[in-house]
Parts: sequence; structure tokens; C-alpha cells
Amino acid sequence: MKYKSQRVAYWFFALSMLLIILQITYGFIMAFAHYGMDGLHNWIPFNAARTTHINLLVVWLLSGFMGAAYYIIPEEAQRELVSVKWAYIQLISFAIVGVVAVIGFHFNWWEGRKFLEIPRPLDYLVVVNVLLFLGLILATLYKGKTQTTTAMVLAMGLVFAALLYLPGMIFFDNQALDSFFRWWVVHLWVEGVWELIMGGILAFLLIKLTGVDREVIEKWLYVIVGLTFLSGILGTGHHYYYIGTPKYWLVIGGIFSAMEPLAFLGMALFAIHMYRKGGRNHPNKIALSWTLGTAIVSFAGAGLLGLAHTLPQVNLYTHGTLVTAMHGHLAFWGAYGMLVFAMISYAMPLMTGRKVYEQTSNIYAFWLAVIGMLGMTTAFAAAGVAQVYLERRVGLDFMVAQQEIEVHFLVLILCATLFTTGVLIFVYNFIKYGRPTEEAMASGDEFEAVQPAAA
Amino acid sequence: MLSKKQAKVFFLGGTIFFSLIFLGLSYESVTKSIPKKTHADQITDAVRRGREIWDKNNCMGCHTILGEGAYYAPELTRVYSRKGETYIKTVLMSKTPWAPRGRKMVAYGMTEEEANDVVAFFKWVNEMDLNGFPPEPDKNLQP
Repeated sequence: MKYKSQRVAYWFFALSMLLIILQITYGFIMAFAHYGMDGLHNWIPFNAARTTHINLLVVWLLSGFMGAAYYIIPEEAQRELVSVKWAYIQLISFAIVGVVAVIGFHFNWWEGRKFLEIPRPLDYLVVVNVLLFLGLILATLYKGKTQTTTAMVLAMGLVFAALLYLPGMIFFDNQALDSFFRWWVVHLWVEGVWELIMGGILAFLLIKLTGVDREVIEKWLYVIVGLTFLSGILGTGHHYYYIGTPKYWLVIGGIFSAMEPLAFLGMALFAIHMYRKGGRNHPNKIALSWTLGTAIVSFAGAGLLGLAHTLPQVNLYTHGTLVTAMHGHLAFWGAYGMLVFAMISYAMPLMTGRKVYEQTSNIYAFWLAVIGMLGMTTAFAAAGVAQVYLERRVGLDFMVAQQEIEVHFLVLILCATLFTTGVLIFVYNFIKYGRPTEEAMASGDEFEAVQPAAA
Repeated sequence: MLSKKQAKVFFLGGTIFFSLIFLGLSYESVTKSIPKKTHADQITDAVRRGREIWDKNNCMGCHTILGEGAYYAPELTRVYSRKGETYIKTVLMSKTPWAPRGRKMVAYGMTEEEANDVVAFFKWVNEMDLNGFPPEPDKNLQP
């Protein structure tokens, strides 16, 4: 680690780790409820568990992205963060808003709008918080010695993510219009600007881990984020098929959604190619595994499984069924969850000076989590496809169909247990790394943990 | 071979071009097509109040409407024509958890006025033109 202020990232990563465990806990509550075991219904009804589950997802990923930005931007800009104190204030206020929102969900304090349930007063605090975060990042970048493409793409992703939160705050009395603009936030985040953040972080990790020339990596970064927007912006149309919107979205959404896997394919090929091209034998193999893993699994989860149900003829039947949960789980995990894990795996040895990455348990964490999530995705797929046929094609009553597919939730719970074991090992290793140390920071680039074995 | 500058032009040019198309289509949808297809002129005060109750209780946390929400409880886009007013009001006003086949709903115990407002909201949603959603089951496959 070159700059002392990069250590701010540690606390964002720690918050991420805490929140993913909470998120998984609520996932189990929901899976058991689907399986027919809803003993917590009186205290945590399904809608509270579900809202907590998906909002914790957003918050732990954002916390991971923010940590990544606080780590990457000083290094790319070649200067310390403009203010460490304000970065900590931003962290604490971010955590407080998140905790208050989650507690509020258990007391009916929410807006019933999927993914955007945070109540309005807290929305304003989110805006202030994100403005503070962006202020710190952009000021550091502006005052820095260099403005690299990697840093600019990452910063652009963060700025647009903040701007796109705003359409979700406009009130409409028409449910269809409310949904229309809700997708400006949710879709254009996860299939748009978050991919810029992903591209930026991925480029940074590949530069560091593979040793391939920055100019080459950044050129392809432009191509990939170009493909993302080329397909992703009009790809929003796949949310506009059946919500009271005009028919031209069926054509536009269908065509551009079919192109969306290209960006993820580009991301996967990019990572694999750079890995093969790079001559550097970096000792932190597990960071490389997570980096290549995020690129490949995102192609499967976000790209292919997304394509599996964005054709309008298919989506007519799968819209609003567990097929969406199938795609959602592998997409979020592959594209963003594994990305945060990659960044943490890379940064922790450099911040703490400890070589926990050498332990075999890291490999177990990786494979248990990835295989567990693939199993969960398969369980959702089986449940979703059966639901579509029984309910939508055959016309059985909703609950009759649900009871038929209940067994798949047992499989889901078993696979989720594997996944959770992997995540818990990862978190345990995170704790074992300990806090950032002065020694590691003072060593900078000379520190042993960053040196490639072949160097 | 593609240069970095050309790649940058591809990214910025493509983004601006497709953003403009998206904004243009969105403008048409929001100002013309959506109000027409959703009969926006029929959004009465009762519909607005019903929608507020729907949002306030996060019904989307279990149900879907317009195919959006969670997958724990039935799709409600056409619930008005499928189940009828009396059934809906009974569920909403129940003081004990409604639990068809054992899956529990929160017991909202709404007043008759509140239940009427939610019914008005469902009735308005029921009339929307949704390009064929939800699909009719295939008669050849029915038991």
C-alpha cells in the first residue's frame, strides 16, 4: 500500500462482511418460509425479510464499491485522499442510515417499491452521504498527479450511480409510471453504470495482478464499457414489456437485451486473455481466482441466464416468477459479490502485511461459495420453470403450484448452506488478516507481500 | 488494430447516441402511451388512497403486481376479475392471518373504507392494457 489514507477502505470492507452475513441470514428465513417453515412470521413476516435481504445486498455491495474506490483512487491519482476524517464520517453516516433503514423495515417503515424501499427521509440522507463520498473521490482525483482511464471509468460509474438514484425519488400516482422510473434506477444501475464500476475495478486488479501494460488493458476497458452501454441502455426495454408500456419496447428490449451478454462475454474474455498474456507470477493467487471468477460467473449469471428470459415470448410467462430469482442470484453474486471479494482479497495483504492468502482455506472459501451459489441457482431454476408450467401454462392456482415446487426449496437451503460455509470461511480469513498496520503502510511498494515471486 | 482513442470514441459516441434514443422513447412512453394504456384519467382519489395503502404495507414484498415484486404470494394484476370484490375485502379486513394452504399473510385488519380503496386500486390495475400479460393458460394442458 502506497498511501496511508487507503486504509479507510478496510472499514468499508469490514462493514461489507458484516452485512453480507446479515443478508444471508434473512435469505435463510425466506427460504424456510417457502419450504413451509414460517415460525418467525409474527416477528419477521416475509415482506420484512425480503426487503431486508435485498436492501442489505445493495448496501454491502455499495460499501464494497466505496471501499474499493477509497483504495484505488489514491493509488491511481498518486496522492493521499483529500480528507481521511471526512471519509470516516461518510462511513459512519452510511452505516447509520443502513442500520436505521433495516430496523425500520421491521416496523413497517418503508416504501413498497422493490429495491427502493428505503423511506423518503432516509433517501435524502443517502443523497447527502453519496455526495460527500463523491466529493472526496473526485477532489482526490482532480488534485492528483494523474487521471488514469481506470480511475476515470470508476469515478464516472460512481457519479452516474448517484445521479440515477434521483429518478427513483420522484412520486407518481400511476403505478406503471412509478415502475417505469424505478427501472431507471435498478436496471441502469446493475446493467449499466455498476458495470462501469465493475470494469474500473477489474482493470485495476488486472493491471496489478497480471502485469499487462496499462494502455492495453485500458483500451479494452473502453470497448467493454462501450458494449455495456450500447446494449444496456435500450436493454432497459426488457422491463417495459408488460407494465402498461407501448409495444415498441417488446422489439427494442428484445433486440438490445439479446446483445447484453456480449458485454459480459467481453469482460470474461478480457480477464482471461490478460491473465494468459501477463508474465507476472503474482503470489496472491486467490485474488486472481476471484478476479477471473467474477468475470466468468457474471457472464453465466448476468449474461446467459438474463438472456434465458428476456425474449418477450419467454418473458410473457416467466415475468414475475422464481425464474427471475434464478437469474438475480447468480448475476448479483457473479458480477458484484465476487468482484468485492476479489478487491478485498487483493487489498488485505497489502494493508495488513499478513499473508493469509497463502492458506488453503481460501481455496475452500472460493469453491464452496461458487458451487453453493450455482446449486442455489439450479434450485431456483427448477422451482421457477415448474412454477411457470404449472401456474402460467396449465393454469393451477398459485398456492397449489407453490406446494408442488416446495421440495426445490429444500435443495436451495442445502446449497445455500454450502455457499454460506464458503462465505463464512472468507469472513474468518478477513478477520485473521487483522487491522491495517503501520509497517505494511510504511513499506509501500517494497513490502514483501506485494512482490511477485518471479520479480 | 483499434487504438485507445478509437475505443474511447466508440464508448462515448455509443453511450451518447443510445442515451438520446432512450430518452426520446421514454418521453413518448411517459407523456403519451403509458397514460393511455393505463387509463390514467380513471385514477380517482380512492385509487390513489388504495395505492398508498399498497405502498405503505409493502404488499410487493410478498406479491407481484404488473409482474413486479416478490414471488411468495399470488400475482394481483387481475385479482379483481379473478377473485372479486367480496373475497378481496374479506382477506384485507381479516383480523387473523389469511393462510390459504398454510402460507400466512400479515393480518392487516383493515377498515371497510381502507379495503374499498385497495379494491378501487385493484380495479384500476385490472383494466390496464399490458400487451397480453398475464397470459391465458393453454386449454390443451388443463387437467
